Amino acid sequence: MTNETPPAPPAVNVAVPAPASEAAALQAATKRSRRSFIGLGLAGLAGLAGWRYLLHTPEADGLPVGLRNVLDFNAQLTQAYSKHTRLAPEFTKGHARRLRANGDVGLGNEFDPATWQLTVQGYAAPGAPARTQHVTLADVKALPRTEMTTEFKCIEGWSVVVTWAGVRLTDFLARYPLATASGQPILNPAAPPADVARYASFVTPDEAYYVGLEQETVLHPQTLLCYELNGQPLPLEHGAPLRLVTPLKYGIKHLKRIGTIAFTDTRPADYWAERGYDWYAGH
Amino acid sequence: MKVVVEKHPLAIRWFHWLNFPILSLMLWSGLWIYWANDVYRLGWGSTTLLQFFPTSFYQAFHLDHKLAQGMAWHFVLMWAFLLNGLLYVLYTAISGEWRYLLPTRHSFQEAVQVTLHDLGLRKNGPPIRKFNGAQQLAYTAVILMGVGSVLTGLAMYQPVQLGWLTQLLGGYETARLLHFALTVGYVLFFIVHIAQVVRAGWNNFRAMVAGFELKDVDPATRNVLAGPTALPAGDTPSKQQ
Repeated sequence: MTNETPPAPPAVNVAVPAPASEAAALQAATKRSRRSFIGLGLAGLAGLAGWRYLLHTPEADGLPVGLRNVLDFNAQLTQAYSKHTRLAPEFTKGHARRLRANGDVGLGNEFDPATWQLTVQGYAAPGAPARTQHVTLADVKALPRTEMTTEFKCIEGWSVVVTWAGVRLTDFLARYPLATASGQPILNPAAPPADVARYASFVTPDEAYYVGLEQETVLHPQTLLCYELNGQPLPLEHGAPLRLVTPLKYGIKHLKRIGTIAFTDTRPADYWAERGYDWYAGH
Repeated sequence: MKVVVEKHPLAIRWFHWLNFPILSLMLWSGLWIYWANDVYRLGWGSTTLLQFFPTSFYQAFHLDHKLAQGMAWHFVLMWAFLLNGLLYVLYTAISGEWRYLLPTRHSFQEAVQVTLHDLGLRKNGPPIRKFNGAQQLAYTAVILMGVGSVLTGLAMYQPVQLGWLTQLLGGYETARLLHFALTVGYVLFFIVHIAQVVRAGWNNFRAMVAGFELKDVDPATRNVLAGPTALPAGDTPSKQQ
């Protein structure tokens, strides 16, 4: 931006026609300049008005609906171009570090892990009788154990590598085929039958915290019902007896202390999505 | 006598002025996001030269507890930033404006000379050209920084689906650090940019709004007597004849 006069005027010819009258040219330039500045000012005001309009659209789950629609569009776009079976990178166990206990919504004191049971509401067509099943921790632990060391990413912006162990949700559903309306098992999660529920909802026993996952994440091989953290039984502050782990989502979706899993056709309520965050919150 | 010389095409002026509010709002919403995990500092060991950021900074500008809002703004405005940047690059490529903007092999030496001149350490001013070497380097670098912001942003946004990109950029945490560092870079660019615009004066500033500059020209020979900056690109004025 250093466009000042050089010490000696160089002999450079400018290919512009000499104006008939300098005064007329300067007058035209002033007019053009004024028009341009007014135009820039008006464009700025229009932009400001447009942005204010967007921010004052009716509220949708803690956000102006104009912004919420763009978040949903972004999610649809990433979903459309995502390979749903792509795996989060796994690390060797030596990379695992201590996990910060970052949230206690849904972890009220009136809770007895000894009498805890997981409630699963199977996917039922409208009008069909409800299919509810209760499962103990021993039942869950009797299923094939899966261990993985993945990077846990908090929506706040920090991340940490941790080792999880538990049961793949798909392994759970192979034993308890509750995600399909017909009750048929999902033999190949990559090509599920047509009557699989589109969503699953996870709710804490006190119903204070709740998240929703879409079908692709429910059937993802790294989505676990987890009961061990870094080689130890899951501590209470990390969601004992059983928590959700899904490294394709931010930590906000890793619901602690699962009380109820319900398979449904409608997008379930989501605690943080109701507070202005992206419902999808995926990677 | 004074004549009107065209300098910046209308499209470039639009891209330039659109980018200003877009990048400002990206930076502002980025601060709302960064607040939630504000771990960066300038220093070594236990010595901290600059903390990003002191609590007073957040309080003064009400930047705290706005993570959700910040992410929403950021993921809306990213489209505007991306599209504006893409259209700018496409336009410069197709129109030939890139000839003025891309550095040549002489730009680096020239940039040093221009910097020395601006610091008052060198007598000779910058060459008579639309953009001098320092400008060519700065305006090209800032576009590459924009590309870097988009890529590091995508690496954080989809670290599994775009895992190759995240790995290429040194991982999830490194991508976040780079994204932040690039933002600091924009702020530094902005400070120097404003200082230089003030130095260069009204004629230069008006060109970014109205598109033209006024030149002092000898009526007989039509040689420019003062302030030509809209000449064709080239390494030295003598080559342009």
